[in-house]
Amino acid sequence: MTVERSLVAEGVTLGYGDRTIVDSLDLQIPPGKVTTIVGANACGKSTLLKAMARLLTPSAGQVLLDGKSIHRQPTKQVARVLGLLPQSPIAPDGIAVSDLVSRGRHPHQGALSRWTSADDAAVARALDATDVAHLADRPVDELSGGQRQRVWIAMALAQETDVLLLDEPTTFLDISHQIDVLDLLADLNRDRGTTVAMVLHDLNLAARYADHLVAMAQGEIIAAGDPAAVLTEGTVRRVFGLDSRVVPDPLTGRPMVIPIGRHHTVAEPEQAQTV
Amino acid sequence: MTGVLTTPAPTALTSVVAGRTRRRRRWALITGILALLVVVVFSLSLMLGQTAYSPAEVWGVLTGQRVPGASFTVGELRLPRAVTGLFTGLCFGMGGVVFQSMLRNALASPDVIGINTGASAAAVIGIVVFGLGETTVSFLAMAAALAAALAIYLLAYRNGGSGARLILVGIGVAAMCQAVVSYVIARAAEYDLPAAMRWITGNLNDATWDRALPVLVAVLVLGPVLLALAGRLEILRMGDDTAAAVGLPVERSRVLLIVTAVGLLAFGTAAAGPIAFVSFLAGPIAVRLLGPVGSPVLPAGLVGALLVLVADFCAQYAFGTRLPVGVITGVLGAPYLIYLLVRSSRTGGTTL
Amino acid sequence: MSTLAPALFAPGDARPRRWGRRRAVGVAALVVVLVVAAILSVTFGARDVTAADIWAGLTGSTDTASAAAVAKRVPRTLLAILVGAALAVAGAVLQGATRNPLADPQILGINGGAGLAIVVGIAFFGLGSATSYIWVGLIGAAGAAVLVYAIGSLGRGGATPLRLALAGAVSAVAFSSLTSAILLPRINVMNEFRFWQIGGVGGATFETIFQVLPFLLAGLVICLSSSPSLNTLALGDELAAGLGARVRTARLISTGGAVILCGAATAVAGPIGFVGLVVPHMIRLVVGVDHRWLLPVSALGGAVLLTLGDVVGRLVARPEEVEVGIVTALVGAPFFIALVRRQRMRAL
Repeated sequence: MTVERSLVAEGVTLGYGDRTIVDSLDLQIPPGKVTTIVGANACGKSTLLKAMARLLTPSAGQVLLDGKSIHRQPTKQVARVLGLLPQSPIAPDGIAVSDLVSRGRHPHQGALSRWTSADDAAVARALDATDVAHLADRPVDELSGGQRQRVWIAMALAQETDVLLLDEPTTFLDISHQIDVLDLLADLNRDRGTTVAMVLHDLNLAARYADHLVAMAQGEIIAAGDPAAVLTEGTVRRVFGLDSRVVPDPLTGRPMVIPIGRHHTVAEPEQAQTV
Repeated sequence: MTGVLTTPAPTALTSVVAGRTRRRRRWALITGILALLVVVVFSLSLMLGQTAYSPAEVWGVLTGQRVPGASFTVGELRLPRAVTGLFTGLCFGMGGVVFQSMLRNALASPDVIGINTGASAAAVIGIVVFGLGETTVSFLAMAAALAAALAIYLLAYRNGGSGARLILVGIGVAAMCQAVVSYVIARAAEYDLPAAMRWITGNLNDATWDRALPVLVAVLVLGPVLLALAGRLEILRMGDDTAAAVGLPVERSRVLLIVTAVGLLAFGTAAAGPIAFVSFLAGPIAVRLLGPVGSPVLPAGLVGALLVLVADFCAQYAFGTRLPVGVITGVLGAPYLIYLLVRSSRTGGTTL
Repeated sequence: MSTLAPALFAPGDARPRRWGRRRAVGVAALVVVLVVAAILSVTFGARDVTAADIWAGLTGSTDTASAAAVAKRVPRTLLAILVGAALAVAGAVLQGATRNPLADPQILGINGGAGLAIVVGIAFFGLGSATSYIWVGLIGAAGAAVLVYAIGSLGRGGATPLRLALAGAVSAVAFSSLTSAILLPRINVMNEFRFWQIGGVGGATFETIFQVLPFLLAGLVICLSSSPSLNTLALGDELAAGLGARVRTARLISTGGAVILCGAATAVAGPIGFVGLVVPHMIRLVVGVDHRWLLPVSALGGAVLLTLGDVVGRLVARPEEVEVGIVTALVGAPFFIALVRRQRMRAL
């Protein structure tokens, strides 16, 4: 059902005003896989994601969707193929869950915006997939943080795109909701073949859920590829300026980063804990 | 959590469809009631006054017959006044709610951010200083309001800009335009003063067909355009990023919405002066009545029309002297501010 | 009261060495300019006068029309100095107390509230003397300040500069409409009021000055004495409380002083806007953000600005006059806009 799309940034330079954040950067989002982008604050990861979603225009270089520049295509057409969940979406006061999710159908409506039963079905599917169908008539502002995030993901799902970009979808959620959301995105990728690319700030969750991990620092890609290859002690030091130990996670075997601060070192044997 | 299904479960689908139907019905109901109220108040304003005329007599005048007494009072005095009031109210209501929605702040109404004041400044100069005709002045006011909106936009939108900056720049522009208006008024000759005062508070006194016509045409032309754009406005309420993500051309939509709204506001201001607070009150009242069930643009227009017509009626007859309608609406704003106080302490927001 | 915007100007920003010289030079320059402005104000105006007329006017004889014009200019200049100083200090205090770089008595609707109260006093209580106007103006200013602050504090995030400005703008319209509502049926009051509403020092007499002086002095003393607490408040409510400051009391007292200054100034000269906004910002460039310097030098700066503004108003449209309230709006508003553009979004 989902088509594999190629999303590539070629030599993009991005900035705000006279500040350059990203300079001549290349990035390929592997189709059909889950990609996570990590990095310290203000390294440019959100900026890059927005540019990939055509929210920002690069001052140099281009973003190509299936080989064609994303900025030359009509935005509605792109929106049928590529969806984005931005960092702080705003829910209009009092809006009901199903109403908000319905907004995701906008790119599929023609100039006269005829609403069809296909639209209804898509909305219902999205509500089911995110398990918020029982909340369909509740106002979004009455929901908990985790529920609200699932509703936003439902809206992005209702868009029925082949590619889904998410900017920090798990920030402000507690740990169980974070896992909830990430499991949902993994399901989406597995069952529908949706290409998922997201910015995450939690290194360990990023390593666990990613097929392809991209580490950024100061507007540059430090490393990109298989999480085990990318997430090394060297990378963590370069990206975050942090000393760490990277060990295989006992559950999944993926790399797990254990930070080393001033008060917890590996020196004293009786204080060191075996994993 | 269930996985992704290809056919939605029946319960989800039914609740989606049911929800949508329920929302549409409510929108139609509230808007219908508002429209009916507008018709009723309009008719009453033709029938009641110093002398009361029966519906039959009013109908006679409207259909072009000669009715002794009524033909003049209703046809020449009350009808143009009511028509001006009605269409001006529509302009202010619809234009106001567009700004409040786009800037996501109920306090950011065009009478605060300098759009209406810019129109007033141009209109007062046109009428008091140059003695131009009503239609010319209306277009002048529209040009000035657009220039003000453009200036505010350019001045505010640096590095992507924000609604907050735009509102504040608008307040600055409003202050300048208000100074211009005050200056011209203070210089106005004594005999010009009553007409000139229109630009201080908004006034339907001595409304003639000259004044009614431009605003009527503006609503008939720009109104449908704005209603067609109302869907885009609803998407914009989710924030620029999310709106762009669902495929809305954000910049272009904003520009179209602003130009149309400013056009309506300018023609309304040119016809009746800056009737205080109609732009500010109509949107929030409409949203309160309607609930989050659809576009508030048309309901807000209808509420605006109601506010102007009712306020004008009170202004003429409730106080012994004829007050300008803007004074009544301005006074209405104060208790509404108090009401906002009480309400927001519960919900905690000033968004529309 | 709810949390306000984060600290914008912290006294710690200053670098002591450079400030010392800068301050001395700045103050000296302002004093010189003030004296020059005062001289200009007496010498120039809508009417051309000769040196002999000036001497005659200053020494009190009003034989010729020109000498009389000069004689009228003296209290006018004096009032401009006093009102300018009062508004500038009030603005600086409001900016400090609300941590809002855009605070100004006009924008916050305080002047509008004073005007409304005065109109109510005249229309319903038959008040007539300048002193009674001043008392009533104070009540109106205080009421407006409370109302605007309350409205501006609605919603999450409390009284941010944006919300306060909006609350002020909306309140100003409400006050203005109420004022019109009361005035319009009373033509006799209205005509006199039409000119008051624009804001000008044209009708100054020594008598009004003597009546307003005690209020201005009281307000000034209160404001100046709250300089140290304003410095502490600038660090943010929580930090200030941690340093032992009584946040609410400090804010109340300093704002009270500002309200007295605004109310009295407005009662006597009408609502004049933007002086309270523009002057403190410019003075900060000269003396830094320490309120113990900022307030007194702002007084000086405000006096200069208003006197010069009045002179400009008298010269630019001769033989007519442009009231100083209009001049300050036309000059101050672009400054306000430029200021808004420079502010980073977080601060708003």
